[in-house]
Amino acid sequence: MTTTTALVRGRAWVGETPLFAPVELRLEGAGWTCLLGPSGVGKSTILRLLAGLETGARFEGEVTRIQPVALMAQDPGLIPWLDVTGNVTLGARLRGSLQASFLPKHPGERRSGPVEGPLRRGAEPPADPAARAAALIEAVGLADRAHHLPANLSGGQRQRAALARTLFEDRPLVLLDEPFSALDARTRAQMQDLAARLLEGRTVLLVTHDPAEAARLGDRILLLREQGLSEWPVPAPRPKAAARPYDAPEVLALQAELMRGMMA
Amino acid sequence: MRTVAALILTVLALWQGVIWLAGMPPFLLPSPAAVAEALWLNRTEIARHAGFTLTEVVLGFALGSALGAALAVAMGFSQKLTGVLRPILTFSQTIPVFALAPILTLWLGFGMAPKIAVTVLIVFFPVASAFLDGLMRTPQAALDLAQVMGAGRIRIMRHLRIPAALPSLATGLRLAAVYAPIGAVIGEWVGGARGLGALMIHANGRMKTDLVFAALLVLSVMTVIFARAVALALHRLLRRYGV
Repeated sequence: MTTTTALVRGRAWVGETPLFAPVELRLEGAGWTCLLGPSGVGKSTILRLLAGLETGARFEGEVTRIQPVALMAQDPGLIPWLDVTGNVTLGARLRGSLQASFLPKHPGERRSGPVEGPLRRGAEPPADPAARAAALIEAVGLADRAHHLPANLSGGQRQRAALARTLFEDRPLVLLDEPFSALDARTRAQMQDLAARLLEGRTVLLVTHDPAEAARLGDRILLLREQGLSEWPVPAPRPKAAARPYDAPEVLALQAELMRGMMA
Repeated sequence: MRTVAALILTVLALWQGVIWLAGMPPFLLPSPAAVAEALWLNRTEIARHAGFTLTEVVLGFALGSALGAALAVAMGFSQKLTGVLRPILTFSQTIPVFALAPILTLWLGFGMAPKIAVTVLIVFFPVASAFLDGLMRTPQAALDLAQVMGAGRIRIMRHLRIPAALPSLATGLRLAAVYAPIGAVIGEWVGGARGLGALMIHANGRMKTDLVFAALLVLSVMTVIFARAVALALHRLLRRYGV
């Protein structure tokens, strides 16, 4: 059974210039949808429409999403005065379900209840936000950096923290806006593996301009060009909870094909 | 420290040199020694007046900063309010406080109140303006996240915008700390018999120029110490919050 999780249908202008021709993007069920395209064709606009954010473009059409979303962007948007744990639990603090400004040192003194959320997933055992945050920080490999400030982290570690924060939100629909594009090639590949593993079971929309990334991660690949949106066939299903190997011949072939599609 | 000492000595030497070469009478320009003597002979009186001035400065600074910061937060919440208040604030700064001080004395009497009021008027503008500037420049990535996370305006203000604007607030406060004593002294010139400003006016009227200089010297030193203390406290506070 596939249910529509989210839908964007319509067209957009920046001033009087059309940004993209009429598109229809429908997200159904779990899995990764990669929205691939060159810069400036409105990929991020579509993602921001889904997130309910200001786009700076004029949009005519409809946007539907039935659940709240989580967002992770190229700028990790970490709060410089909060440590990794503080950043991961930012959402709870901003919704007022964590009372203290900073996480208390002694969990026994905590006055707040568990983090609310419309769709609690059974796979996350600890209900207590502090324990949940600690488990997620460990899962992204930052256990020894849990109390470091963002300024003391590398670019890759910052995106790991941002990924943990995204997971802490525990939303069924996750929007990724070129989250790995500022990383070096090796760190990017590692982050792709990590994200594929940890976001398994959720509906993911990944906006990217990197055909290699789309070839590794896409269950569906959508190519956005000036003339509109087209779905690209994906030869083989992605392994469960993992990215496709970056050096497999069929992945490299798909990457080349996507590149040709973007140049066309 | 040695350069500061050398600078002070040079200024004193030039000062004394001008008096010797130009033959200035003491009521026009007293010698450094005469000022030092006046300072020593009137030390209890000067200390008493300085105490009043310092009280006005501290109270005016605290009150003006609180008002300015509160105004900035209110304006940060509402574009509409900002649109209305910004021209009014700018207009308020075109009125010289020198002109307002007599009116405030008329309204508030000869006690500390009008002096504190003048100080508040001088302090609140740089604080409000610097803080508002900081509140309007929260990184967009953080604001986007907060919106997607379902945060309300008040919590975004409390957890993101205000902490991110604290360095700007500190800039405003450091500036205001330097100007605050000017406000108090203007208030004292206009009315009342207490405070360094009143002492200066009084001494000037009796041609006791050495006492004017002594009071001025005390005022300057007091201002420098006050501004340094504020800057140091802000530095510590900002470091503690890590912003």
